[in-house]
Amino acid sequence: MTTHTFETKHIQSGYDNKTILNDVNLSIPSNQISIIIGANGCGKSTLLKTMARLIKPTGGDVLLDGKSIHKMAPKQLAKVLGLLPQSPIVPEGITVADLVGRGRFPHQSVMKGWTKKDYEAVAEALEMMNITEFADRHIDELSGGQRQRVWIAMALAQQTDILFLDEPTTFLDITYQVEILDLLTDLNRKYGTTIVMVLHDINLSARYADYIFAVQKGQLVAEGKPSDIITSTLVKDIFGLDCAVINDPISATPLVVPKGRYHVKS
Amino acid sequence: MKNIPEKGNKQRLLPKHLAKVVALLLILLIVSIGMSLAFGSRTISLEGLIDGLFHPSVESHEASVVRQRIARTIFGLICGAALGVSGALMQSVTRNPIADPSILGVNTGASLFVVCGIAFLSIHSPSEYIWLAIVGAMLTAVFVFGIGSMGASGATPLKLVLAGAATTAILSSLVTAILIPRTNVMDQFRFWQVGSVGSANWDSVHIFIPFFMAGIVIAILVAPALNALALGDEVATGLGVRTGVIRMLAAFAGVLLCGAATALAGPIGFIGLLATHLIRLVVGPDVRFLIPLAAVSGAIILLISDVCGRFLGSPGELEVGILTAFIGAPILILITMKAKMRTI
Repeated sequence: MTTHTFETKHIQSGYDNKTILNDVNLSIPSNQISIIIGANGCGKSTLLKTMARLIKPTGGDVLLDGKSIHKMAPKQLAKVLGLLPQSPIVPEGITVADLVGRGRFPHQSVMKGWTKKDYEAVAEALEMMNITEFADRHIDELSGGQRQRVWIAMALAQQTDILFLDEPTTFLDITYQVEILDLLTDLNRKYGTTIVMVLHDINLSARYADYIFAVQKGQLVAEGKPSDIITSTLVKDIFGLDCAVINDPISATPLVVPKGRYHVKS
Repeated sequence: MKNIPEKGNKQRLLPKHLAKVVALLLILLIVSIGMSLAFGSRTISLEGLIDGLFHPSVESHEASVVRQRIARTIFGLICGAALGVSGALMQSVTRNPIADPSILGVNTGASLFVVCGIAFLSIHSPSEYIWLAIVGAMLTAVFVFGIGSMGASGATPLKLVLAGAATTAILSSLVTAILIPRTNVMDQFRFWQVGSVGSANWDSVHIFIPFFMAGIVIAILVAPALNALALGDEVATGLGVRTGVIRMLAAFAGVLLCGAATALAGPIGFIGLLATHLIRLVVGPDVRFLIPLAAVSGAIILLISDVCGRFLGSPGELEVGILTAFIGAPILILITMKAKMRTI
């Protein structure tokens, strides 16, 4: 298991001329699952994209093992740091094996072509995501949950120590949401992969995260273990939601129960 | 992994019908080369064909006709291959399935420069056209790329296509404005503009080769990165691709290939589109296979169109550019109806 330090130092970031993140300092715990939570438009996706070098920060820096990720060779960086964005593009007519195989790009060179290691990595990724049987199928024929497993397999084939995922469960039924999060947990337990993701669902976040970063209006407002930081006050602060926080009977993690204006027992 | 034999994995990563497709293409290639050498205003017997190709000592009339057709055939091969690869590159760069070399304004840019050359610099020979056309194509591509790259998100496929369309509109109106009052320029330009390999000779081949080689080498080198780029700019960045550099290189190679072909043979449309589509339908979207196979099928399409033109235009010839448009357009409509076209 390889450990890395991954930090942001005073990053300021956004789109075009609009600054969204302001002076964010954080350190990602190595070999754990970190989840970034926050309301819509709070900058959580911007934070993830800035850390995954999709957006170059206008101020501050993102450091991997003490080195700025923007000063590293892109291919070298891609061997350590993987990324699954929210809406990747599926080329028309592509097969599962072809798509997963493209995750090997940073490990290949024009001279070498495909090596035994590449084939093994692809086979292993397919197996881990339970999609070996679909290898020859076209992506268009698969269900949403299966497709997402294919994309994660592509990121797995990249064999990075750190993996960023931007809302990997969006648009999926609850069954598939749990399935995807279980598979990511497998990955973390089996290889010690550091996983950082943005999730919408606060309860699934509280259950699956080792560590939570709460973002509000472009600032980091709380961080820590779910059981330490998820309180009704924090939820009220970042989501503006009145709620009760109880103990999840299944996982013993915090469970947020929204109040709303109706259906409250008197 | 261990329980899956490695050979099985290897096959899985190659397109299903690859071997069959390659064999079929090679056969078609040889047949079309044979046809291009044998057919024309005078049809050559098999014996004459073999004499002309393999027995340099034989001095029959048939053999010398064959030898005269060699340069034209080789030029057709290179030209078709260049256009095929150029189409594959343009489609990858813009991520647009109907992108053709004309999409980035390349053809129109080349035309404008050639028109200016004819009208203002009194240029008449192909070896002079090529430089004008390539410079025109390059400048236009740079201009389109520049406009398309403005803004924070860089050169997105959509912005490139829009910039290309706008530039094409402006440049073609300039071409018209220069041509209308000058009938003599119009005549000369019209001949070039139709697109023909009929006047090709060894000089055209020699001028073409360096551009062709440079374009093909770049195309092969960027192919794996283009595969990553096909998954979207964000995924590609995550895989360690310098998206801007790769787009620029691929577009440069595409412009080089198409610009050189356009300069020497005039704008020949549809080949890049057709070759790439046909190959993608059979072997799938892997750019590493798409590029060489599009080259071969582009060459085949051009040669066959050229041969057809010799029959249909008899006793003269019908220019290949007219033929490719006639064959290409209906097939394109078929493809569009059959395949689910992805919007950009």
